[in-house]
Amino acid sequence: MADLEDGLKRLGLHELHVELGGKMVPFAGYEMPVQYPDGVLKEHLHTRAAAGLFDVSHMGQVILRPKGSMEELKLAFEALMPVDVLGLAEGRQRYGLFTDDAGGILDDLMFTNRGDHLYVVVNAACKAADIAHMTAGMPGVSVQPVTDRALLALQGPAAEAALEAVLPGVAAMKFMDHRVIGDIWVSRSGYTGEDGFEVSVPEAQAEGFARKLLAQPAVAPIGLGARDSLRLEAGLCLYGHDIDTTTSPVEAGLTWAIQKARKAGGAREGGFPGAVRILRELAEGPERLRVGLRPEGRAPMREGVELFAPDGTPVGRITSGGFGPSVNAPIAMGYVARAHSAIGTALTGEVRGKRLPVTVAELPFQPTTYKR
Amino acid sequence: MKFTKEHEWLRVEGDHVVVGITEHAATQLGDVVFVELPETETQVAEGDEVCVIESVKAASDILAPIDGEIVAVNQKLVDNPGLVNEDPMGAAWFFKLKVNDLSVLDQFMDEDEYQELIG
Repeated sequence: MADLEDGLKRLGLHELHVELGGKMVPFAGYEMPVQYPDGVLKEHLHTRAAAGLFDVSHMGQVILRPKGSMEELKLAFEALMPVDVLGLAEGRQRYGLFTDDAGGILDDLMFTNRGDHLYVVVNAACKAADIAHMTAGMPGVSVQPVTDRALLALQGPAAEAALEAVLPGVAAMKFMDHRVIGDIWVSRSGYTGEDGFEVSVPEAQAEGFARKLLAQPAVAPIGLGARDSLRLEAGLCLYGHDIDTTTSPVEAGLTWAIQKARKAGGAREGGFPGAVRILRELAEGPERLRVGLRPEGRAPMREGVELFAPDGTPVGRITSGGFGPSVNAPIAMGYVARAHSAIGTALTGEVRGKRLPVTVAELPFQPTTYKR
Repeated sequence: MKFTKEHEWLRVEGDHVVVGITEHAATQLGDVVFVELPETETQVAEGDEVCVIESVKAASDILAPIDGEIVAVNQKLVDNPGLVNEDPMGAAWFFKLKVNDLSVLDQFMDEDEYQELIG
């Protein structure tokens, strides 16, 4: 990836994005396509109806190799996260979270057991810090950033057939399976709530690979704008907005990511940064919780909107919000005091000086279609 | 038709001025998903925020380009905000203003000047 004078990095597929009419904007230090000529709304709906191709090469791909045994590597990685790494089978991927000593979230990530090493994908904005954190926190592990690969996501109901046409064999994969096919690394996962794949491709092959997918009528290029509305409808957290160092995994409703082995009474209970707070919150419940929110009218409630109980008491704040094209209504996520977090609780959100009705709602807003 | 620096168009209709946003503005905003209109019979002053437009990307305001009284609003936009993207220069007008003196429009750009502004 090239560095520009303004400090922004360029994706390996930059020329392809420009050719496709992508509107390039700065994002996490990269020039990224925020949308193509179809626009966010159509791109979003296309992904849910057929297949969307996303360039997420800005994300950090990292290989962790043990200097000793693989078990030592897994246990070293477990010391950074409230997550069961040891129990993850070869060829399987799992969601993880780096926590800090106060129980806040440093980043969220995906990791894969590839037999003799782990493959990790972290957020673009956090990757330098994550690499430093892993290097410092795991002295017995070699932490190798992967800098010569593109990362493409193909998402939607037509993703399986479209990828199978280019990469035979992937249709047999299940959600969170990972396979190495020649030079190509494939995971059946994504960030839209749809069935789909994330594919790591050597940079030299990436453009040809993307063009083979885009040549299929079901596949359209999708920008960051629709990526955001898709993940919001799917109830998925965006790091730096819905989760950060001020939120704990329990507050964020990510307790499903903390497997039994790391909880109280588990085989490897605690032993991760912030364990005191996180185990306490698991036992007693957190003071506040991330919830879904449905504004009553048509006006979107965006990040930063303050939330109030019917009696006017401040109870929380929206961390992500906008319009959900598939639910055809405004949707949001935010944190509210636990007493106000039950589904159906009536609140108000302050928009342009007016307190408008909003109801605590179930997440996700859009049913997920993962191939389990 | 006249144009403002804020990417609004103004069209004279009898002694009223019809106000909308330009095609350029609609494209920049992206897909519009919510429109909030003012009450009719409201006196507004130049620069007042009179409408809210929310797109999939962000919220923005439409400012009153001149002093006047809101005499009509386009209720269709509330029911179908996407009309702003479909026909910004025609069916998707926002409001009509009654003004005392139509010569206030002379200060605004004509189409050639506006095209030059947006390059």
